[in-house]
Amino acid sequence: MTDVSPSVAALRAKFGSAIARHMVSCGDTIVYVSAARCHDVLAWLKDDPGQRFDYLTDITAVEYRDPERPLEVVWQLWSIDRKATLRVKVELDKAAALAVDSVFDLWKGADWLEREVYDMFGVTFNGHPDLRRILMWETYAEGYPLRKDFPLRGHFSRAEQTRQALAANPESHYSLEELSIAAAYDELPADVRERLAHGERGGVK
Amino acid sequence: MGLTESEGGAGTEVSTMSPNWVTTRLDFLTNWARANSLWPMPFGTACCAIEFMASAASRFDLSRFGMERMSFSPRQADVLICAGRLPFKLAPVIRKIWDQMPQPKWAISMGACASSGGIFDTYTMVQGIDTIIPVDVYVPGCPPRPEGLIYGIMLLQKKIKGESITDDALRQEHLVGPDGLFLPARKIDEVSEPFGNSVHQTRSA
Repeated sequence: MTDVSPSVAALRAKFGSAIARHMVSCGDTIVYVSAARCHDVLAWLKDDPGQRFDYLTDITAVEYRDPERPLEVVWQLWSIDRKATLRVKVELDKAAALAVDSVFDLWKGADWLEREVYDMFGVTFNGHPDLRRILMWETYAEGYPLRKDFPLRGHFSRAEQTRQALAANPESHYSLEELSIAAAYDELPADVRERLAHGERGGVK
Repeated sequence: MGLTESEGGAGTEVSTMSPNWVTTRLDFLTNWARANSLWPMPFGTACCAIEFMASAASRFDLSRFGMERMSFSPRQADVLICAGRLPFKLAPVIRKIWDQMPQPKWAISMGACASSGGIFDTYTMVQGIDTIIPVDVYVPGCPPRPEGLIYGIMLLQKKIKGESITDDALRQEHLVGPDGLFLPARKIDEVSEPFGNSVHQTRSA
């Protein structure tokens, strides 16, 4: 494998047994990391002067058709200066709780990326400041849509889905951060301020 | 709830105005005015919106049908043109926009997705906006050609010209029922049943 990224050798030198295996797929290097140490590995990949993967391209997850294979969480990294890519994967046993550490403290872009993985696969990211659904509505109760045991049309009947959709009140979920009018808060009418003061969960912030 | 015949409607209510020559002349005038000055509320969500824009542009020109002024405020619109697929997340929004439109109002369902869910027989998409709002004209296509949309608009004009001010059932608001649905649940499930290739997509895992 001549096109293995040099980061692999550096990772093995630094982390040793935490690096399970690596492979090259279509010119991209993939490194499998143990779930316990993935945050340390990703932090080193971001901060080490020889690596400098300062751009988190994407976080996603993979569930294979073969139910024996574990669920993988994938971080796609890019170094802007070095123009180098790396894919880091963690394998999660489906029998146990699906959880990994959040990399929000490393890359702020991980905020919504991890929310999407949570929404679609049910993977919990420990340390994420605001882990809630992002593509489906927040009170979505049918499960995690991109899992293989989730039918294409969803679990509920069409009538039930329509009823739940019509019952959702999108205006009740605006938070101060999302509206970005915190600076103008004092000039708002009293009832709008009252409505904004109730955060995402309905309680007073 | 709107489309069932079991609801009390024109058959059971006594109209306060009996049709005569004066009302027919008023009908002619009113319907001519309404049909030739339909101000659309362009509820464009996806690809059909592009074709809608093309219909409004110079080559096909909706302005010659009186639809020159696209009103993006539903309060000032006559016809809601839903151009594009409608996710369940957007269902309460279109319901609210529809409720905010004053009578007389009509709805055109433009494209396959708005009419029946189109190719998206999934957990996210409303299987036809007629499960949410009452629709007058369905325009098939993915997307419909501008000529197709114009034909649909002309059909609506023909429908409007056949209306009568003595018909009280026409201008009734059909609100979301107390069970949270616009159509009866059985009917939503019936019209949302898969057809075509979708019947093969029933597996999960």
